[in-house]
Amino acid sequence: MNRQAQAVILLLVGGAILRASVTDLYLRYVKEGLRPFLIAAGVLLVAAAAATLWYELRARRDTPDHADGHGDGDGHGHEHAGPWVAWLLVLPVFALLLVAPPALGSYAANRSGTALQETSDFAPLPAGDPVTVSVVDYATRAVYDDGKSLAGRRVRIIGFVLVGDDGAAYLARMILSCCAADARPVKIGLSGAVPTGLAADSWIEVTGRYTAKSTKDSVNDGVIPYLDVEELTQVPAPTNQYEE
Amino acid sequence: MLLVGVVVFRGPVSNALSDPALATWTTVFVAIVTQAMPFLVFGVVLSAVIAVFVPASFFARVLPSRPVLAVPVASSAGVVLPGCECASVPVAGAMMRRGVTPSAALAFLLAAPAINPIVLTATAVAFPGNPQMVVARFVASLIVACAMGWLWLRAGKTEWLRPPSRPSFEGQGRGAAFWGSVRHDVVHAGGFLVLGAMAAATLKAVVPQEWLQAVAGSPVLSVLALAVLAVLLSICSEADAFVAASLSQFSLTARLAFLVVGPTVDLKLIAMQAGTFGRGFAARFAPTTFAVAVLVSVLVGAVLL
Repeated sequence: MNRQAQAVILLLVGGAILRASVTDLYLRYVKEGLRPFLIAAGVLLVAAAAATLWYELRARRDTPDHADGHGDGDGHGHEHAGPWVAWLLVLPVFALLLVAPPALGSYAANRSGTALQETSDFAPLPAGDPVTVSVVDYATRAVYDDGKSLAGRRVRIIGFVLVGDDGAAYLARMILSCCAADARPVKIGLSGAVPTGLAADSWIEVTGRYTAKSTKDSVNDGVIPYLDVEELTQVPAPTNQYEE
Repeated sequence: MLLVGVVVFRGPVSNALSDPALATWTTVFVAIVTQAMPFLVFGVVLSAVIAVFVPASFFARVLPSRPVLAVPVASSAGVVLPGCECASVPVAGAMMRRGVTPSAALAFLLAAPAINPIVLTATAVAFPGNPQMVVARFVASLIVACAMGWLWLRAGKTEWLRPPSRPSFEGQGRGAAFWGSVRHDVVHAGGFLVLGAMAAATLKAVVPQEWLQAVAGSPVLSVLALAVLAVLLSICSEADAFVAASLSQFSLTARLAFLVVGPTVDLKLIAMQAGTFGRGFAARFAPTTFAVAVLVSVLVGAVLL
């Protein structure tokens, strides 16, 4: 791989990362907080591509016999593995620019156990009726606060539909600490006014109350709390489909 | 030509993505590469700064001249590189080229992604009920880094390390040398990062987590299972603590092994090491590090957890 090709690869990678991070596309893959670092990395990669081309053009002008573009100095014998493998960098670029795979949903969520973190000290819920809470917040309060801070309140939760092996519908959200490779689901069971035939991966908004009912996740024996549903509506997917 | 290929394959690729396993694979693959890129670029720029602006005499001054002492000093210096493992590979390479003894540079390579403040804070947040986990992770990772450094001093052979096979930047202007180093490192380490990300995504999309349930009860198997899982998943060291916390059916010692092995040996790291230091090196270094990391985790776990 000569230097011009390397410059093109750098430009493609930097451009793809910039494009994903100035739009909301990056939110499907990494956490929101990485955005400034992604933009900085993209700018640096584009700058490296520009600098490579500039120095290359200057070298050509200064020494015309050097114009074959092989002047990398690493074209000997065993060194071939390096340049060859660099072509692989076009794969994530194409995946990002052309395919743009969706955020992780029910398929990934079904394969992992619910991942609640043990917590103590619960602040009272904010005002509002119904009060909007996250999937993680509801599940944590239901399991580790035994629903005490949820008592007597109507809550509203947004998440996607997960259809378990038993055919029952769950409300779920993937939580993310860094990128989709560490994403893990938090699941809430639905009881009460739940329509049948909810499609997996469709986004719903449910309003309901705490119930003491719970079940165990067959994947990791984690506790899955339930919500007694009063109202359930289909909603569009939020911009950031993950919770942190 | 590439563009033609893209246009031709776009249809089949979109169809294939309607399969949830393939869609998950692609998402995780893109996510690992995207997430690692800022850290890789950060490490590559730091390595270019070391290569171009930091004189070799600087390392000779700050590191003890006896390699036996340089190893623990370099390991502890890992505290100041607040990145994940993708950043430390090019930096360790630059240190070696700047005349740092390989054993000390390797100790730094292993320590930096595991013991920096960001990773330790994340560990504390992920294990609110077990603050001793942070201490155990710090101690065990530091011991592994020093042990591997000293082991290299004892048994390592220089010919296993591929000699720095990069263009010499001597005789160029500083700007040309700096950008040349950045370009070289991104293109080389980046390609291998993609290779590792493909392997890790395959695991995430294909192997069901239920398999873990079967071994969680056995003290020996559970440690080995999570150590292997850490290698295969290749999670960034700043996030692995949260995944470890969610593996709640496993003992704390098994989860410590996950946290100690992950930043030192994983698929994308092995691929990047092979790219930077040569395949012969990676084939010896990775399995040895794995064995040492598991052993140290069990010992530290027995004392502290």
